Amino acid sequence: MTDRVDTTTDTQLDAPVAPKRSPLHAVHEAAGATFTDFGGWLMPVRYDSDLAEHHAVRSAAGLFDISHMAELAITGQQAAAFLDAALAANVSAIALSRAKYTMILEPDGGVIDDLIVYHNAPGEYLVVANAGNRDVVVAELAERIRGFDASLHDGTEAIALLAVQGPRAEEVLRATDGLAEDPAVAMGHTIADLPYYACMGVRFRGAAVLLARTGYTGEDGFELFVEAGRAAELWAALTDAGAPFGLVPCGLAARDTLRLEAGMPLYGHELTRDTLPAQAGLGRVVPLKTKTADFVGRAAVEAGPADGAPVLVGLAAEGRRAARAGYDVLDADGARIGVVTSGALSPTLGYPIAMAMIDPASAAVGTALAIDVRGTALPARVVPLPFYTRPDRTA
Amino acid sequence: MADTASLQYTEEHEWVAVDGDIATIGITAYAAEQLGDVVYLDLPSVGQVVTAGTVVGEIESTKSVGELYAPVDGEVVAVNEAAVASPELVNAEPFDGGWLIRVRFGSLPTSLLTADEYATRTGA
Repeated sequence: MTDRVDTTTDTQLDAPVAPKRSPLHAVHEAAGATFTDFGGWLMPVRYDSDLAEHHAVRSAAGLFDISHMAELAITGQQAAAFLDAALAANVSAIALSRAKYTMILEPDGGVIDDLIVYHNAPGEYLVVANAGNRDVVVAELAERIRGFDASLHDGTEAIALLAVQGPRAEEVLRATDGLAEDPAVAMGHTIADLPYYACMGVRFRGAAVLLARTGYTGEDGFELFVEAGRAAELWAALTDAGAPFGLVPCGLAARDTLRLEAGMPLYGHELTRDTLPAQAGLGRVVPLKTKTADFVGRAAVEAGPADGAPVLVGLAAEGRRAARAGYDVLDADGARIGVVTSGALSPTLGYPIAMAMIDPASAAVGTALAIDVRGTALPARVVPLPFYTRPDRTA
Repeated sequence: MADTASLQYTEEHEWVAVDGDIATIGITAYAAEQLGDVVYLDLPSVGQVVTAGTVVGEIESTKSVGELYAPVDGEVVAVNEAAVASPELVNAEPFDGGWLIRVRFGSLPTSLLTADEYATRTGA
């Protein structure tokens, strides 16, 4: 039996660089995790069973190490003006302690990366980028910052990022020994009342922690930014507090099936340099009406995608055979009309789901299509995104 | 519990248990662990004639697809319907309840590995 997972490596003249390790690497090894190289970092794929980890996040809580993500600190008098020009978001309109999901674009509108920008302190912004795009995002921002009274600092390797996601996430945090609210840094929030896409400072045994109510699973949850040296201690405290609530450590495999069910894009799949935001259903994320400032890619976004440019849809199929990234999407006549960008057998829903970029002429909800699964045509139909919405939220 | 030391193995991480002219075939615990949670099995039909070294099925997990090779020439006489219905059996009992197919064969190939040779291959 051989794996048909794509394990090709780039042919390079230089020896391949060894992947970076998270500050929590030893913890994951001790927990029996299986690792993979993701964006240049050796990260846990699963600890025990990715299905069990997925179900835990939907029903209780999961603990993720996402320290591979890039953390870029922007400071200075013109920090907001610089980010307004560099990113799609209306950064100067982000109130202190709030955050926005956004993108950094090419002049032709193509997506370089999707990001979250946090207004995490007066005069300061935190930009969190994908690990695999850290170098290009830093290079672009370093270029775009010229002429602005602002500074960019890449703090990635000094910062650990942990996520607690699931309906019981808040209970886990409130039960965590050593995690304390501090009004001096809380920016007016409490853990219980922290709104979605807001952040606050808290303390963990004296160390500064930035706590954000953001996530990538479609559940309630939090992300915790802490100095790398305290990461293992915080992980242990969360683990201990979470045990009675059913908290389990979760790897990248579960993270991927969770975000797919929640209809969230993954860079390199739904978002690429050849994709305009509107093609990926992210047109509304670019605030053209309320943001008057020019930004890189604005003209292209205003002009819109070319006629007939592929658009992102959700597909649902019967049976239990997963469609996977790269499989062809076919119309009722068997003609190729697009390609799957992400796919899996949905653990929560029990049927195969996929996101795909297809001919807009076939993109209406309900359209009957098929996916070429290794030579067999799997019937599928276009469904609205997201596939899954958590019970206490309207879609 | 199967006596894994007495089984024979293939380069493709399958085990072969021989009883007379019937070979029972499955994937090893090593293979099941590499795959992760198995969610779908595509197995040949009873009566299908198979050729050693060719792909006769697929073992699909949440993250990847593994190919099932026939280790012998012969005719498929049984398929594990319980595993088809509950693919997680392959992870839970790769050498027992998670068996995949049974094949009536003429002669065994000489290329099968012993337990020790297979252990060397996986660095066990």
